[in-house]
Amino acid sequence: MKSLLATLALTTALTLPGYAMARPVTLTTQLNNYRGDGAYLALYVSDSSGAYVGSLWMAGGKSKYYEHLTDWYRATGGDPAQVNGITGASVGAGRSLEITLDLADALFDAGYTLHIDAAVEDMRDSPNEVAVPLTTDGAGTPVSGRRYIASFTYDM
Amino acid sequence: MIRVLHRWPGLLALVLVTVLALSGAALSIFPAAERLSAPQAEAGLRVAELATRIQVAYPGVEQIRRAPSGRITAYWFDQGTPGAAVIDPATGQGVASADPNQTVRWLTNLHRSLFLGDGGRIAMALGAAAMLVLSVSGVALVARRVGGWRHWFAPLRGPLAGRLHVEIARIAVLGLMLSSTTALWMTASTFDLLPDGGAVPTFPNEVSGEMGATISDLATLATTPVADLRELSFPYPDDPTDVFTLKTDHGTGYLDQGNGALLVWADLTGWDRVSETIYMLHTGQGAAMLGLVLGLMALGLPAMGATGVLIWLTGRRGRPRIRGNQSAARAETILLVGSEGGSTWGFAATLHAALTDAGQSVHTAPMSTFAPDRYARADRIIVLASTYGDGASPASANGFLDRLAALDHAPKAPLAVLGFGDRNFPAYCAFAKAVSAAAEAKGWSELIPFDTVDRQSPQDFVRWGRALGQAMGLDLELVHQPAVPATETLTLISRRDYGAEVQVPTAILRFALPRATLWKRLSGAGFARFNAGDLIGILPEGSPVPRLYSLASARRDGFVEIVVRKHPGGLGSSQLTALEPGERVAAFLRRNPGFQPGRGSAPLILIGAGTGIGPLAGFVRGNARRRPIHLFFGMRHPDSDFFYGEEMRAWQQEGRLSRLVTAVSRGGRPRYVQDAVRDDAAEVARLVRNGARVLVCGGRDMAAGVSDALVEILAPVGLTPAVLKAEGRYVEDVY
Repeated sequence: MKSLLATLALTTALTLPGYAMARPVTLTTQLNNYRGDGAYLALYVSDSSGAYVGSLWMAGGKSKYYEHLTDWYRATGGDPAQVNGITGASVGAGRSLEITLDLADALFDAGYTLHIDAAVEDMRDSPNEVAVPLTTDGAGTPVSGRRYIASFTYDM
Repeated sequence: MIRVLHRWPGLLALVLVTVLALSGAALSIFPAAERLSAPQAEAGLRVAELATRIQVAYPGVEQIRRAPSGRITAYWFDQGTPGAAVIDPATGQGVASADPNQTVRWLTNLHRSLFLGDGGRIAMALGAAAMLVLSVSGVALVARRVGGWRHWFAPLRGPLAGRLHVEIARIAVLGLMLSSTTALWMTASTFDLLPDGGAVPTFPNEVSGEMGATISDLATLATTPVADLRELSFPYPDDPTDVFTLKTDHGTGYLDQGNGALLVWADLTGWDRVSETIYMLHTGQGAAMLGLVLGLMALGLPAMGATGVLIWLTGRRGRPRIRGNQSAARAETILLVGSEGGSTWGFAATLHAALTDAGQSVHTAPMSTFAPDRYARADRIIVLASTYGDGASPASANGFLDRLAALDHAPKAPLAVLGFGDRNFPAYCAFAKAVSAAAEAKGWSELIPFDTVDRQSPQDFVRWGRALGQAMGLDLELVHQPAVPATETLTLISRRDYGAEVQVPTAILRFALPRATLWKRLSGAGFARFNAGDLIGILPEGSPVPRLYSLASARRDGFVEIVVRKHPGGLGSSQLTALEPGERVAAFLRRNPGFQPGRGSAPLILIGAGTGIGPLAGFVRGNARRRPIHLFFGMRHPDSDFFYGEEMRAWQQEGRLSRLVTAVSRGGRPRYVQDAVRDDAAEVARLVRNGARVLVCGGRDMAAGVSDALVEILAPVGLTPAVLKAEGRYVEDVY
């Protein structure tokens, strides 16, 4: 289990009322078989106005390719510090990525949206592949992505 | 030192480098294929026009990309379903699938990482580094072998594997250097070790907030040629804060989707340009022809690997192990060896062992490594040198004389030179003498006077050793038994006898081919591969010193044949000429690459007398391509020592032999073979002028006579045997 709470707070200097309350959340991203190399995925959160709040995970280790995660790159200026300590390997076609994080209760049912940008070498960039509102009711409900992601679920 | 830098990276990285080269060569085809197959945009087409055409065909278009090959790909969403296609720019319609080629993907991953992620990338980068080290050290070795940069493309001599290795290398090395350097750059870039990448401009804070500009409203797109385009991304539908993103060969910019204004523009940085150029040079994407050339050059690498391993194995076999060899910087005695076939190395090993036993620290190395500034602690330098051909430097002494001549002053440590040769030759120890003379001219002090060893004589060597020991204050006993190469057993299958009536009892002996092991067949060692003109060494019973004979057959003839004249009191020839079919001898093969007809279709003039006909008959027998051959053959009497007389007639009928001229030295009108050549002066001169090669085989006096005759014959056409020799068109095998 990775503790993201502190990271989120640190990297974004975000003050969330009552964020001492947190719970483990499991994020499962299942890729479809798109017949390409491993996908870079950026998981991040925006607030109700669409402004970037913070990153949850970066799948893909080489920062020179982050510009292909277009929306995330635009929001962060490609700052690798945004994903310091929450970076893992890229995810192969047909594979799934499962991460468990401590997320503040205050992120749920408060207009926050979780986004995933995806990019694959020599294939199309797919910003905003997934955009799903964070709600307690929405937990456990799979949503599908636009191009590479077969399904994405967050479970509490 | 350079040789070590070449050998070990080569052997260690052989597999890795071979995988790199083969996968790289395969990948080089695709950019060219893509360039040919991709529909190209018409000249002068602007991005605006292209984008409009595509948008008409695919209203949900999200992104348009142009590859360096000119291939244009569009990505779109149609009612939530992603689509993509290669676009014909003339119509905007999709013409082919945009899915990545799975073969290219597989090859690329093999080529850059062996499918092993970052660890594999590092391994492959090490492979590229090995390739670079091999290229640089190889260039230095080739320059040394051919005698300097100006002779980079000079013709080569020596065994086939070595020639092939250098022939391929001097063409391919440029490509290999380029490919390996660019590979290292690209790896460094991938691992973020270079400040390239990240030239994406900051997203504009302010946009007009309006939507609805059509592509034709975007002025920047209307002026940007398609040839410069890399990528055009459309704004998200219904997102007024989004923009058009344009990437070209010059940089990246954002365009407002309301008023079409150029909001931000950032040029490519210098680092980006360098990295992109390097990417192009390595992949051939955007330079397809160069890619193909590099791919072809890479294909030479596996061949160089194979010949390189062969050269290394041959060198190991021919050279005895020097035990306890000290480094050049630490040794008190520097022992330099100039050897062609390897026999001098045996003497060097004996001397090295004796000096080491006497408490000396000795560095033994080829003369070609001569570098006096590295001999920091040397008290003496000893040179053991044989001679190649008519006084040329043997293979392991290439460049020695040039380097000696280039020195400002002679080394302080005094010098001893010992020559190895055969007194039967006019150029006896000529190279060693030249070394000695050059040293004297430089004012190099002498440790002991110049001396020679005749025909590997152990007695000569002992005598010289005593003199050396005296000069060093040591008691030096040099007991050297020439190292005998590994022999194989040959069984006689037939013999034909000639010449008894004219006092030259001679036999043509035909042996069965010894069975070759698979390894020998693959590596071409021993009797698994030989040509007429190569030498066979026979070890007579009762003597460790082998006797050499010229082969009259090639491997493809299916037998081993020699012509042996019985010399009174000769141990080897007596035993051989007494052999009966079914009996055996121990023999080994020694290559003689200098005495071969060579490739090409130029006529051959073969001149031989007595048993010297052996290899010449072998050349005629092997002349399946009906190259014009003029054979001059000297004998004593046609009824007695006309070797191969019956075959000659058949060979003439088959066209293997164009003309046979005989000279008979006994009887009414005695003539030697050089007389026959002289009588034919006009024809010989004509043939030589038209590029003919001359091969002479036989006794020393005959060869001298032939050479004199050729001097007279060729004078009118302005040529000499010396000029022909320098061109490799006049070769002798003399005994």
